[in-house]
Amino acid sequence: MANLSVVLITTLISLLPILTNSFSPESPTDRRILVLLDDFATRSSHSIFFNSLQNRGFELDFKLADDPKLALHRYGQYLYDALVLFCPAADRLGGGLDLAAILEFVDSGHDLILGADDASAVVIDHTSYAVSETDGDHTLIASDNFIESDVILGSTKIEAPVLFKGIGHSLNAANSLGLKVLSASSAAYSASPKSKLQSPPALAGSAISLARNNARIIISGSLDLFSNRFFKSGVQKAGSSKKYERSGNEQFTTELSKWVFHERGHLKAVNVRHHKVGETDEPAMYRINDDLEYAVDIYEWSGTRWEPYVADDVQVQFYMMSPYVLKTLSTDKKGVYYTAFKVPDVYGVFQFKVEYQRLGYTSLSLSKQIPVRPFRHNEYERFITTAFPYYGASFSTTWDSRIPEDVAKNCRQYETGEEQNLKALIWAKLMGKYATTYFRDSSPLRS
Amino acid sequence: MAASETAKDLALRHAFGNVLSFFILVLIGVLAFSIRLFSVIKYESVIHEFDPYFNYRVTQNSCKGKKIMLVEEEAVFVCYLCLEEEVDNELIGNVYCSIIGIRLTYVAGDMDLLWFQFLTKNGIYDFWNWFDDRTWYPLGRVIGGTVYPGLTLTAGTLWWILNSLNIPLSVETVCVFTAPVFSSIAAWATYLLTKEVKGTGAGLTAAALLAMVPSYISRSVAGSYDNEAVAIFALIFTFYLYIKTLNTGSLFYATLNSIAYFYMVCSWGGYTFIINLIPMHVLLCIVTGRYSSRLYIAYAPLVVLGTLLASLVPVVGFNAVLTSEHFASFLVFIIIHVVALAYYIKGMLSPSMFKVAVTLVVSVGLVICCAVVAVLVALVASSPTKGWSGRSLSLLDPTYASKYIPIIASVSEHQPPTWPSYFMDINVLAFLVPAGIIACFLPLSDASSFVVLYIVTSVYFSGVMVRLMLVLAPAACIMSGIALSEAFAVFTRSIKFQLPSLSGVSQVDAGNSDSGSAATTQTEAVKADKIEESTKERPSRKNRKKEKETVEKPSVKSRIEKRLLVLPLESSVIALLLLVLLGAFYVVHCVWAAAEAYSAPSIVLTSYSHDGLHVFDDFREAYAWLSHNTEVDDKVASWWDYGYQTTAMANRTVIVDNNTWNNTHIATVGTAMSSPEKAAWEIFDSLDVKYVLVVFGGLVGYPSDDINKFLWMVRIGGGVFPHIKEPDYLVCWRIVAMLSFDRICCVIRDGQYRIDSQATPTMLNCLMYKLSYYRFVETDGKAFDRVRRTEIGKKYFKLSHFEEVFTTHHWMVRIYKLKPPKNRIRGKTKKSKSVRVHYLFSMTRRSSPLLSHNSSSLLSICCFHSLFGRKLAQQQAQKEVEQERIPGIKPIILETVVTPGLCNTYFPNRHDDRTKRLQSLLIL
Repeated sequence: MANLSVVLITTLISLLPILTNSFSPESPTDRRILVLLDDFATRSSHSIFFNSLQNRGFELDFKLADDPKLALHRYGQYLYDALVLFCPAADRLGGGLDLAAILEFVDSGHDLILGADDASAVVIDHTSYAVSETDGDHTLIASDNFIESDVILGSTKIEAPVLFKGIGHSLNAANSLGLKVLSASSAAYSASPKSKLQSPPALAGSAISLARNNARIIISGSLDLFSNRFFKSGVQKAGSSKKYERSGNEQFTTELSKWVFHERGHLKAVNVRHHKVGETDEPAMYRINDDLEYAVDIYEWSGTRWEPYVADDVQVQFYMMSPYVLKTLSTDKKGVYYTAFKVPDVYGVFQFKVEYQRLGYTSLSLSKQIPVRPFRHNEYERFITTAFPYYGASFSTTWDSRIPEDVAKNCRQYETGEEQNLKALIWAKLMGKYATTYFRDSSPLRS
Repeated sequence: MAASETAKDLALRHAFGNVLSFFILVLIGVLAFSIRLFSVIKYESVIHEFDPYFNYRVTQNSCKGKKIMLVEEEAVFVCYLCLEEEVDNELIGNVYCSIIGIRLTYVAGDMDLLWFQFLTKNGIYDFWNWFDDRTWYPLGRVIGGTVYPGLTLTAGTLWWILNSLNIPLSVETVCVFTAPVFSSIAAWATYLLTKEVKGTGAGLTAAALLAMVPSYISRSVAGSYDNEAVAIFALIFTFYLYIKTLNTGSLFYATLNSIAYFYMVCSWGGYTFIINLIPMHVLLCIVTGRYSSRLYIAYAPLVVLGTLLASLVPVVGFNAVLTSEHFASFLVFIIIHVVALAYYIKGMLSPSMFKVAVTLVVSVGLVICCAVVAVLVALVASSPTKGWSGRSLSLLDPTYASKYIPIIASVSEHQPPTWPSYFMDINVLAFLVPAGIIACFLPLSDASSFVVLYIVTSVYFSGVMVRLMLVLAPAACIMSGIALSEAFAVFTRSIKFQLPSLSGVSQVDAGNSDSGSAATTQTEAVKADKIEESTKERPSRKNRKKEKETVEKPSVKSRIEKRLLVLPLESSVIALLLLVLLGAFYVVHCVWAAAEAYSAPSIVLTSYSHDGLHVFDDFREAYAWLSHNTEVDDKVASWWDYGYQTTAMANRTVIVDNNTWNNTHIATVGTAMSSPEKAAWEIFDSLDVKYVLVVFGGLVGYPSDDINKFLWMVRIGGGVFPHIKEPDYLVCWRIVAMLSFDRICCVIRDGQYRIDSQATPTMLNCLMYKLSYYRFVETDGKAFDRVRRTEIGKKYFKLSHFEEVFTTHHWMVRIYKLKPPKNRIRGKTKKSKSVRVHYLFSMTRRSSPLLSHNSSSLLSICCFHSLFGRKLAQQQAQKEVEQERIPGIKPIILETVVTPGLCNTYFPNRHDDRTKRLQSLLIL
């Protein structure tokens, strides 16, 4: 029984980053969530969390994990936009749902919250455990080591530590898509409280991850993290004298669920446009050294509508194998980002590239191809200063060529009339001197 | 009275001869044109291949190897179809050996056609300024500035003229027939040139020979729309005008000569041959004391006007004055002026004054010359290649390209030719040329010294590059024409001289008359035969011979001197017969070459087997697939040989193509092909490539496939990206290891390129191997490669970063798509012990050029050591030594070899950091 959940969890961890487009920009409000439970008791024990989802407009569909009628899709359409797996005890899922099906669900762009629980190995921390009367083995951890990101955890600071009890995860450092949202202290380790210590110590907490297609996943090693009991209980961190009336769990999970269901941090970039300075139409091709203007609209989904996204760190690259121009875009705070720059003195097929990847936000990756051509033959400067001596040479030669006319004038004094003929004669003589001479004395070698 | 009659007679004969030679020339033109039509008649109008909307037709009920005639609306297709599924294996098994290889001319033709279409649509200025963003992605290519526009403009002009005369020919038709038309014109130009050198008879013979010479046919069959088609005409015509100017001293011809040279520059990069050959000749004339003002007229305007005009061609531009190819002409230009000045002064001054002047001028002139030369040398030496382009350097030093520029050496056209290719391409002319050279010395004139120089240089160049056989062909034709014509002249004169009936004057010895009259009948009979024979073969030849006789008649005057040259009648007749036979043999060969060897369109391959002709149309199949199944903006990567075809026929953007102007870009593609899958994927992805196309001949035995070209990709890639090393892909056949104490002294690399189980891991893991042989084992179960004649080394493997999207019927073209990056990133991978050993293994091979294949025994010892400890390793070492196949090597592998110091023994002084890494791995 516990076997499956362990397998499931470890596999997901090893495949950490997953994301897709469950979120449809066209109908972003229409959200159906399938919640799979071990038994319906969980529904009531975690009711605060579920209610907060329903209050935000989500349509929750509670099912037992072994319900044989389970189906994620019908007729090629997914029935749900997100999946919440709160069934750590389930041996297998009903309706033929398996690991591959869930991965595919995520790969096709849908979101996932996975709550796990297992008694065989839990996180133990002897330094930052939650002080309580009963629990002596330091498995109930109070952590305030959150990820520093407003977009994931909301802008309101979570004051109280979060209670955690469950399995630890470690995250491959090479994995750029996984994030640690809640971490234990560095003294924490993973072990079975009933057996000997295992090495190495692992980090604890919830890991979330994004897939490349922006599906979002939360993996929590503790199902209790979402439970009413933890929501309501007070917390005092070991070593700290401050005691909070309520733990930070409610705020933490609510904010996290907002993020995972795309109510925050979901960006879209639309309406990429560019044109030469002073024009409005988009050209099919630029010329080197053209001045151009580039603009793009970026919006963020607020949960109800698209709102302008405001940031000062969006950059555009004018890219051909490497960025030739890298400019930070200015924004008018209404979602329009724009800049102007000069096309470099290099021709080729360029791209306008916006690669915007910020913690917790949808990664924006836009590219638009645009060729840049060299000057046409008649676009070069017509007269260049350095060539003036050559122009001079040309004109002086032209002047020289007037000499035959002078000769002709002289000749005219002696021979009257027929100026044209005379000129022609002299021209012919001058030009054809060599030719006629050699015509005469050269014998064709045909013989 | 008798004298005037004779003069009249003579004039009549002259007129008759002129008319006759006119008709002969017309016939030669027709011959040159029609002999090139085989490709259109035997196949289809070739240009159909390039039609992007070409409709690929396969008749369902066709049966194997049978000839099917399909009458289309416009063309008759003769299809030999072997497309039935079930016959394949057996069929292919029989066919694979004799596929006629691809010819590169057609490849180049594709793009010329595109340009031409562009030209006719958009006009000359747009063509000039055309920036093509669909090739060389993402660099693009300025077509107007990188292409020799001669051919395109010529065909464009033809098309325009025809259209304005209301002859509505399509662009394609003009393209198909441009080359044959220009070969006719080239034949006429040859006539003119040879006539200038040795008279009309030689001219006609040379023209007839050129009309048929296989070397030229190979570049100018109908449908072969390539630069060389017009360039050869331009070459010959420029030479003609030069000789004409030299003979007449006319400025008019000199100007024409410059214009012809300009046309040549427009047409072909081979114009440098002209601009070097003519100065060489001028220099020769000066040195041999043949300077004349005619020579000056012939040369000086050509340099000035020609250089000015040449620099107007965008692709040449400032190269006309900047590169060393042109320096010879400038140097000679200076020299000829100095010489002209000297002659002029000599004419003005008295001999004694002249001597004084000479000493004065020589001393001053020497100083100036030295200064100029020093400046020139300094200029030239400051550039890395000494101002010579790679292709020219490889002409001067045949080993240059193979040493330094793999991209030039990799083209089969740039390899030295083999002897059979001389026989194939110029046939009997090779034997006639020496005779022609001798004839040119009797007597030596300016013109004949020029053709001698021409033949000598072109023989040399053709020996360097097989492609330049094309330049040799006209020279060989001219020489052979002279030789044949002289020989005929001598023999017919001998016969005539000994025939009283023809001599008319009683100067013939009475003693000879008996045998003479006997011979007359004989000769006439022979003539009749000859005429019959040649009517069959070639009508023009008969006419020419007749004509020659008429021409020779007036020369009977100097009978007394000529009498010394008279040969015995019988031997003359026999020699004539033999010459005719030789000519007939040449004609037969040429017709065969035109009909069989050079008529097949390269893109459709044909093969003969016992059950008939088979057609391999895989290229068009693949390109059609690309054009129908991919997005318009998708980029297709392939080796550059297929770049033009992909652009023209599939209309997709390519990364590199046949215009090899950017070595780095080609090297990038070569590197990708030589890299393992993941690295290759990254390279291709960075170039936005969507599809990768490889040509694979292993199934049908098509030898010029990518695996056979692969070493060049490695070399070209390695030239720019040093982490690609050729030795990694070659199998070391023998390892001669002399182990003295703890040192391996030498390992002899006898590199073998192989793809069987002996191949190196680098080879077996590189992209090209994988893309070529992916799923290959499914064809026959054994994965037997018919080109390499071996079973491949790695048969079962999967592709992780590429997926196969299309493979043509005979597997000749395989197209793969780059997989998108994984949606999820995998977590940790654990390194097990075996992995580590494997790593060691592969790293040792990679890092050490010393160790490869057969050192695998040593490596296995190495692994043994790391896995099982020293003792077992030693045993293994002993075993390996016993099994060592190569005799003569002392089996000394000492204990020391298998100690951790092993690495040091392999790498005495090098790779220090690697050695340490290896050591640490070895110690484990």
